[in-house]
Amino acid sequence: MAIDNAALMKLILIFVPLLFIIGFFCIIITHNMIRALIGLEILTKAVTLLLVFAGYITGNMPFAQPLVITLIIIEVVIIAVTAGVILNVFKHNKSLDVRNLRTLKG
Amino acid sequence: MYIDLVLLSLLTFFSIWAVMRGTLLRAAIALALVSIILSIIMFRLGSALAAVFELSVCAGFITVLFMSVISLTKPMNYVETMEMTKGRIKRFWYLPVIVLLFLAGLFFLNIPVHFKAQNIVSLANERAVLWNLRQFDLFGQVVVLLLGVFGIVILIKSRFEE
Repeated sequence: MAIDNAALMKLILIFVPLLFIIGFFCIIITHNMIRALIGLEILTKAVTLLLVFAGYITGNMPFAQPLVITLIIIEVVIIAVTAGVILNVFKHNKSLDVRNLRTLKG
Repeated sequence: MYIDLVLLSLLTFFSIWAVMRGTLLRAAIALALVSIILSIIMFRLGSALAAVFELSVCAGFITVLFMSVISLTKPMNYVETMEMTKGRIKRFWYLPVIVLLFLAGLFFLNIPVHFKAQNIVSLANERAVLWNLRQFDLFGQVVVLLLGVFGIVILIKSRFEE
C-alpha cells in the first residue's frame, strides 16, 4: 500500500472541494427536505475524507481515526433527529417541499 | 495511484447521482454506494477502524433510516416523479458544468504541494488514543447518542399521541 504522498495531496485538493461543491449546491438548490439531508450527508463525507487524508499524510492516523468515529456518531444522531423532524413536518403539511412551510410561528 | 483516482472519481460520480437522480430511493442507494467507496478508500489509507464504522453505520444504518423515512412519506406517482425530475434538471443542470469547470481549472493550475509531515504520536495505536486520551470525547459521544435517542422518542411519542 505504498501511495505517493505528493500525488495523493493533489487528488485531495481536487476531490474534497468537489464533494463540498456537490453537497453545498444540493442543500442550496433543492426544495425537498430529504434531498437536502442527502446534501448534508455528502458534505459530511467530504469532511470525513479530508480528516482521513490528513491523518494519512501527517502519519497521525491514530489521532485521526477517533476523530472520524466521533464525526460519524454525531452525523448519525443529526440524521436520525432530522429524519424525525421531517416526518413530523410531513404529517402536518402533507408535503416535503420546504416552500410549503407556511405555518411556522415566530 | 490509479486505483485511488478511480475510487475518488466513482465517489464524485455517485455523489452527483445522489443529487441529480429523480427518485429519492435511488438517491439513497447512491448515497450508500458513496459510503461504501469511502470505506474502501479508508481501508486503503490504513484507517481500518473508522472504515468499519463508516461501512456499518453510514452504508447500513443511515441508508435504512433514509429508506424508512422515504417509505413513511407519501410516494409520488409516475407523472409527478417525471415532472419533479424535469424541474430538478432545470434547477440542477449547471452542477455537472460547475464540476467540469472546476476540474478543468485545476488541470491547468500547477498545484503546489509542499507538505511537511509531522509525526507527533507516540502512542501505539488508535485504541490507545481513544481510551487514554479521548475519554472526554467518548463521554460526549454517549451524551450526544442519548440526546438523539430521546429526541427520536419524543418525536415518535408525540406522533402516536396525536
